[in-house]
Amino acid sequence: MSELRVIVVGGGLAGLAAAVRIAEAGLPVDLFSVVPVKRSHSVCAQGGINACNEVARQQGYSEYEHFDETIYGGDFLADQHPVLEMANWAPRIIDLLDRMGVPFNRTSEGYRDLRLFGGSLFKRTHFAGATTGQQLIYALDEQVRRYESEGKVTKYEFWEFLAPVLCDGRCVGIVAQDMRTMQTRAFRADAVVMATGGCGLVFGKSTNSIICNGAAAARCFRAGAHYGNPEMIQVHPTAIPGADKLRLMSESARGEGGRVWVPRRRGDTRAPRDIAEADRFYFLEEKYPAYGNIVPRDIATREIFDICVNQGMGVSGENQVYLDLTHKDPDYLTRKLGGILEIYEKFVGEDPRYTPMKIFPAVHYSMGGLWTTYTPGSYAPAAPRTKHKSGSAPPLNAAIGQGMQPGALNNAMTNIQGLYAFGEVSFAYHGANRLGANALLSCIFDGLFCGSSVVNYVRSEGVSARPASGMQPGAFDAAAEGQVKAGAALLATATDAPGDKATNPYVIGKELGDEMTAACTVVRTEARLKQCLVKLAELKDRYAKVQLSDGAGWSNQAFGYARAVGDMLAIAEAIAKGAEVRKESRGAHYRTDFPDRNDAEFTKTTLASYDATSGAASISLVPIDASLIVPTARTYGKKDTEKPEAKAQPAGAV
Amino acid sequence: MTTTDHAARAAARRSAKPGRKVLIRVKRCEGPGKPSRFETFAVTIERGANIISCLQQIAANPVTVEGTRTTPVVWDSGCLEEVCGACTMIINGKVRQSCSCLIDEYAPAEGDVITLEPMSKFPVVRDLWVDRSRMFHNLKRLRAWVPIDGTYSLGAGPRESPDAQEARYKLSTCMTCGCCLDACPQFLLAESPASWDTSFVGAQAFGQALLFNSHSTGAQLKNDRLEVLMGPGGVVDCGNAQNCVKVCPKEIPLTEAIASLGRAVTIRGFTRFFTS
Ligand SMILES: Cc1cc2nc3c(=O)[nH]c(=O)nc-3n(C[C@H](O)[C@H](O)[C@H](O)COP(=O)(O)OP(=O)(O)OC[C@H]3O[C@@H](n4cnc5c(N)ncnc54)[C@H](O)[C@@H]3O)c2cc1C
Ligand code: SF4
Ligand code: SF4
Ligand code: FES
Repeated sequence: MSELRVIVVGGGLAGLAAAVRIAEAGLPVDLFSVVPVKRSHSVCAQGGINACNEVARQQGYSEYEHFDETIYGGDFLADQHPVLEMANWAPRIIDLLDRMGVPFNRTSEGYRDLRLFGGSLFKRTHFAGATTGQQLIYALDEQVRRYESEGKVTKYEFWEFLAPVLCDGRCVGIVAQDMRTMQTRAFRADAVVMATGGCGLVFGKSTNSIICNGAAAARCFRAGAHYGNPEMIQVHPTAIPGADKLRLMSESARGEGGRVWVPRRRGDTRAPRDIAEADRFYFLEEKYPAYGNIVPRDIATREIFDICVNQGMGVSGENQVYLDLTHKDPDYLTRKLGGILEIYEKFVGEDPRYTPMKIFPAVHYSMGGLWTTYTPGSYAPAAPRTKHKSGSAPPLNAAIGQGMQPGALNNAMTNIQGLYAFGEVSFAYHGANRLGANALLSCIFDGLFCGSSVVNYVRSEGVSARPASGMQPGAFDAAAEGQVKAGAALLATATDAPGDKATNPYVIGKELGDEMTAACTVVRTEARLKQCLVKLAELKDRYAKVQLSDGAGWSNQAFGYARAVGDMLAIAEAIAKGAEVRKESRGAHYRTDFPDRNDAEFTKTTLASYDATSGAASISLVPIDASLIVPTARTYGKKDTEKPEAKAQPAGAV
Repeated sequence: MTTTDHAARAAARRSAKPGRKVLIRVKRCEGPGKPSRFETFAVTIERGANIISCLQQIAANPVTVEGTRTTPVVWDSGCLEEVCGACTMIINGKVRQSCSCLIDEYAPAEGDVITLEPMSKFPVVRDLWVDRSRMFHNLKRLRAWVPIDGTYSLGAGPRESPDAQEARYKLSTCMTCGCCLDACPQFLLAESPASWDTSFVGAQAFGQALLFNSHSTGAQLKNDRLEVLMGPGGVVDCGNAQNCVKVCPKEIPLTEAIASLGRAVTIRGFTRFFTS
């Protein structure tokens, strides 16, 4: 039998969108996920999804401005053509989701409602209650279920991806393990799409789901795939500190009018309600009059960090500031933000409609990820344009194919032929900092737009003439064998003895998270990063002698966790090394020893590659595609550093 | 949640002291067909602790109160913010999510005990991890999707009033957790997938059927859904005990869904009678 088929690893928004598009084109899809796909991390997304829309358009907004904002927001690190294509597709994607039945919030006339989000002066964020990600993933999950019931998609839920199978430089399948029976085997496919999400667990506690460990990406990295901009880790300004997780307080709380403040007087012990307006320091509003509380994430994060850590002005002397919605109508808040306010109340026990929330930054999103390629589209200006004047006429229309060539085989393909990366696991689109509500868009865009590239690749002559199903079993058997052996060796370390703390996988994982949070988040320095690499080397040594506390050959989670710790160490090293090499500050990456952006040297992708013999990551810098917009200083109109382009704010825009 | 409930929880939270020790008693089972046993662990409670953070502590050092070394407890979890449905289990006899279960509310005093058991209506995989595939199977049975023409650009979906959107949104927040099924006297454990097509679908499926019947494109499959709900395991099997609605963490209007589908099924029954 020489049937062509595709494997999609990951059933979040990116994986499900890919499965729908590929199955629709008539190729059978095998869909792998460590959780039932409907429970993927994408359910956590609260705030919304960006797209140009008619209302904003009539106020002067355009797809082009969305593109421009994304490049500017990402501090000019993203390859530009793919971002243009994504912005041009965004309105179509919203329409499609709408047709799938996503309950987007409505205006009184029945049109889709919009909200303001960071990094834009226009309302361009579509939302479904306060659980937009959940609603989007459910809609795609339902479409996949439809294909599943028609036999076009086969789900492998509670199966963990362990490695790609490579043959003659081509990816022809994967090795995966059933997490219940622990059976390990190879699966054949003519193309493999990785859609495995982010790596928050590398930092211990983050806003991510507990399953976002980055292990699948690390396994591709170790198999030879390049990893781009690992150091670009977004820290979200507003999270609720917790014992198991730092729960996100969505940016929409600021979008709907939430104000960030601390008491002007250090050590003010009064209840927030008793502190008069004049005694409150609304530091974002004072420093950034144009954007105020809706400055982009990295700026808000650093300012909150600075207020608490450097100036000691945190509420009650702790690392926390107020995020205050109490000036808004409680009913309005319930309607617009019900779900997220419930989360706060559920986990903290106070009602944010009447008491200001206490929040602090937390690791949130990885802009970096598996490095991918693309074929640029038709738009090729003679010289890159200067920053778009917000609200002015766009220089080009939004026709498709100007940013990326639709269906080109290499769109979103990694450096390994036939291995693609979609969604958060890919390094594309967001540069050095992701704008709020752009991630859901990039996930679905990858699935739908680049999904067609996968279809074309599989049907291209070179591949369809030599389908994976017809290949000799050697490569598959060897790959599976290797994983079976490694798994058996790890399982054999299990002991009943009160194990050594130093080799306890949970202790290693905890120390890894603490170290990465301390060295590789809001503020980075050469010295601290060097120290971090020493610590990672120590953890790697200890990991080599890791000891399990469970030797069961059935549904052994301790085993799965311990295996992932090894992969998290590989990603951590790439992150720390990337941060060390990038001797500048850009977007989420802030070095106190190099506080400015250095375009001449670093408007480049940090490309991490793995050396299998030494087991170490090495970093090189590769040029990016900056042919559409010239880099300008990214100030968001900050008062004390006002630059000429910062004055270009539209009058009358919301 | 009632106001007294709320007040009691708030009072418990205020009285709880960080650093106290609490006993977590876990029903354990090594796999299908294996016997169950209870093990108790003493856990030091930090600020904001929940069941998940306790189980994480136990995993790092799996020693019972008697000092016996054992294996880490196996359980299912994902989002840790009560939106994925994975971490559902029975806590002190009541089915709920473990991530949103704050220790300060359940065990505010030194030495308080919390008992964890797996859900009772689904086969146990190991310890607290159960297999809920049957719920996803039921979504297939009910054709719980909007039959769109394909993913190509065809413009926007139907316009919708804010009221209609709110009603659908509420139903659409169902996270397939299964609390409503675990608490339902009519929904019984069914190990073999062979019996799933004829056994009771339960409240979750009713909510979803109503959700898709309320969408103008989704309603095109309305009759197919009603056929399933008229058959074995459909609405007639519901005894109206209303346990489901009491335990649903998302406050989904399940009894309304059951009533509305009951009516639709009756009407469909008549039409079928007169047209066949
Ligand atoms: C709290 C929170 C709120 C957010 N809010 C917004 C928002 O409002 N707007 C926005 O645009 N973005 C938001 N984001 C970001 C956005 O949610 C994510 O970037 C996006 O959902 C990622 O989707 P994905 O499909 O790439 O991956 P995920 O949804 O993470 O899915 C990954 C999939 O891969 C599978 N997987 C992982 N590893 C393996 C393996 N080894 N083997 C097999 N399967 C595996 C998982 O089971 C899962 O199915 C938010 C993020 C967080 C944390
Ligand atoms: S009302 Fe019906 S579905 Fe709900 S608990 Fe009772 S029998 Fe079960
Ligand atoms: S209806 Fe409620 S209880 Fe039932 S599965 Fe859905 S969310 Fe859970
Ligand atoms: S872990 Fe998702 S609901 Fe508890």
